[in-house]
Amino acid sequence: MDQPVTLPRLSLDRVCRSFGPVEVLHDVDLALRAGSVHALIGENGAGKSTAMKILAGYLTPTRGTVRADGQETAFGGIRAAEARGIIMIHQEFNLAEQLSVEQNLFLGREIRKGLLLDKAEMRRRTRELLDRLNCNVDVDARVSRLSNSDKQMLEIAKALSRDARVLIMDEPTSSLTYAETDILLEQVRALRAAGTAILFTSHKLDEVKAIADELTIMRDGAVVHHGPVAGMSEHAMAEAMVGREVSNLFPAKPDHPDDRPVALAVRDLDVPGHARGISFELHKGEILGVAGLMGSGRTEAFEGLAGLRPAKGEILIDGKPAVIRSSGDALAHGLCYLTEDRKTRGLLLNKTMRENLTLQALSRFAGLLINRSAEEKALDQAIGDFDIRAGERSLRVGNLSGGNQQKLLIAKTMLSDPDIIVIDEPTRGIDIGTKQEIYSFIRALAAKGRSVVVISSEMQEVIGLADRVLVMRRGRIEGTLAGDRITEDEIVRLAMGLGNQQADTADRRETV
Amino acid sequence: MAVLGPILALVVLLIIGALMNPNFLSYANITNVLSRSAFIGIIAVGMTFVITAGGLDLSVGSMAAFIAGLMILVMNSLLPVLGIGLPIILVGMATALLAGFIAGMLNGLLITKLGIEAFIVTLGSMGIYRSLVTWLADGGTLSLDFDLRTYYRPVYYDGILGISWPIIVFAIVLIVGEIAMRSSVFGRHCAAIGSNDQVARYSSVNVARVRLLTYVILGVLVGVATIMYVPRLGSASASTGLLWELEAIAAVIIGGTVLKGGFGRVWGTVIGVLILSLIGNILNLTDLVSPYLNGAIQGAIIILAVVLQRDRTANA
Repeated sequence: MDQPVTLPRLSLDRVCRSFGPVEVLHDVDLALRAGSVHALIGENGAGKSTAMKILAGYLTPTRGTVRADGQETAFGGIRAAEARGIIMIHQEFNLAEQLSVEQNLFLGREIRKGLLLDKAEMRRRTRELLDRLNCNVDVDARVSRLSNSDKQMLEIAKALSRDARVLIMDEPTSSLTYAETDILLEQVRALRAAGTAILFTSHKLDEVKAIADELTIMRDGAVVHHGPVAGMSEHAMAEAMVGREVSNLFPAKPDHPDDRPVALAVRDLDVPGHARGISFELHKGEILGVAGLMGSGRTEAFEGLAGLRPAKGEILIDGKPAVIRSSGDALAHGLCYLTEDRKTRGLLLNKTMRENLTLQALSRFAGLLINRSAEEKALDQAIGDFDIRAGERSLRVGNLSGGNQQKLLIAKTMLSDPDIIVIDEPTRGIDIGTKQEIYSFIRALAAKGRSVVVISSEMQEVIGLADRVLVMRRGRIEGTLAGDRITEDEIVRLAMGLGNQQADTADRRETV
Repeated sequence: MAVLGPILALVVLLIIGALMNPNFLSYANITNVLSRSAFIGIIAVGMTFVITAGGLDLSVGSMAAFIAGLMILVMNSLLPVLGIGLPIILVGMATALLAGFIAGMLNGLLITKLGIEAFIVTLGSMGIYRSLVTWLADGGTLSLDFDLRTYYRPVYYDGILGISWPIIVFAIVLIVGEIAMRSSVFGRHCAAIGSNDQVARYSSVNVARVRLLTYVILGVLVGVATIMYVPRLGSASASTGLLWELEAIAAVIIGGTVLKGGFGRVWGTVIGVLILSLIGNILNLTDLVSPYLNGAIQGAIIILAVVLQRDRTANA
């Protein structure tokens, strides 16, 4: 904030935007300045995306003006915006999966030597850009084979290669590990130092605190707060976003006697290539957290348990041996796995809520034929029970906000009435208000005697929610923590494989 | 538009036909058009499920030819033993249904168990069945014994209450198919798998079994269509059922089913079939356009149908 106040590179001036009769942005002001990181935060559906799309030229305002370097501008589309150095990095990847890294990076702007492509030059520049990001993927690798985080790095490299003057980043860290996030934030700082104006959105308020100079908070399509980041606590940000007290993000943990019956016992579960020797017990009414670095085999181990991957090992459910070879077998034993990837594995985005809700438990709604009115009743019930806020019931699920999608996914799973529920990343990409709701759903499930496993990359989530925590490392369970021992330090120590040494605080961010 | 489009096109064709030739709406002509549509129609209903579940079957035309050839061979060779009568017809029908079942099962197993693309598997089996029927007929034509043929003929030409058997069977397949697609667990699972097979798998749907079933049902329906087809001409050759697969796929698409899967409607497919056969019929009945341009007009209709659908799928 010690830059002299100059004309903003790009700004919104009392911008309104309507879709049909519905106004979704009301008189929004937002100014991005050279050499400054501006964070835009708000709950899902607060209007952040619309505001960003107007800035980047994807949408035009219904009223109000967009100014570039002080001049009133009407971008005729993203190309016009890009020509002025305004680049947006989307949350969802915009990559050609079957092309190589290098081909993607120069897609549409290929360097030519005469009539032919100058591949050597493009490869050299690709390497250079990736090295700047500490990203060591092969320039010839096919994008479909990259991990999510490498894809995100590639998106960022693409933006870097275009000499962005204004960079708009829509939740760039949502699929990154802490280590990768650190590299990304380092790059953002370097870009800021080079004079780029940056807009940054994230649901992770600690990142906002770490990186941003200025902060704009939106709620229900309007700006509710604007000011410097310095001097504003994460707690104050959260309250401004939600518009109410958020003191109790996590529901209270009940006192647990240790003599509750074991609902699930797993012995020596092997998921070839991902996890080995997984053994643990899950009690009735318990929330078991699973922590570990990305790639530690957390997801794969539990997908193996749920019959979604080949796995072998001994599984006892309510003391009786269970053979689970498919997700259908798992369901028959009352075990359900909720995927971390709700958009590509959890929900049918082009179908309605009704069809999604009943997909897993469809046989409960059908004799010879499906009983549609029973389905509608179940949807009424789910909308009420899980507080799903969707305007119309005929809406395609892809048009719901992330929070409502996640609630629908939970509702869908609960319709099969499972006794053991494995929830992978219950709140990824979800705003803090909805998080709080989901945490209380999960605790309510446990309170009713069901057993819940919560796999999470968010340390606070595991600590705040779980009665016991398994920490995984390199496909094995490194240790189990309970009660007062569930602390950030202990989890980090186990996840990093540091044995009994005290965890180095510098490494703490690596965890998860 | 997406719902009304195919119906509207059918109505327009009916009006054009009625205006151009007074015989168009006659009982004889309507019966003729519907009976001829029945073969493709029965197959296309099965194809609707395959495509809705994200699959494709290019082999149905040559499968029909092969089953017809096989059926004729079996019936001719059993003639000395069984003589002319109901038993030999029933054996022939059973042969067709069993052959269709096995052929569909083979396609389905290769696709679901070995994980080969449906396009490739059925392109291969299309070639195999076409070649097999040519070989069985030794390059010529397999003909059903003359007397047997006379006995079997009513299955195509007769019916109840003036409605011929192919039309009755087509109607039954249509009604059962429509109900299955709209309200059965199987239909819902087909749409879910075509929409996103990962989501289906994570939702405990037995994806491989549902997919396999779509190919088996289609195979059996090809058998049913062949049972109706053999009494019409009483023969099978290398050119039997030529391009039926493309006509069936075209009918499915014209009817509003999405080619890449996830959404299908059986009644639309039936309208697609009727549109395609009415075009041929109208060209035959009128002198304005040469019947040789039938294919061109059908082709234009197929492309137009997809253009009209585009708005809906683009928003999907």
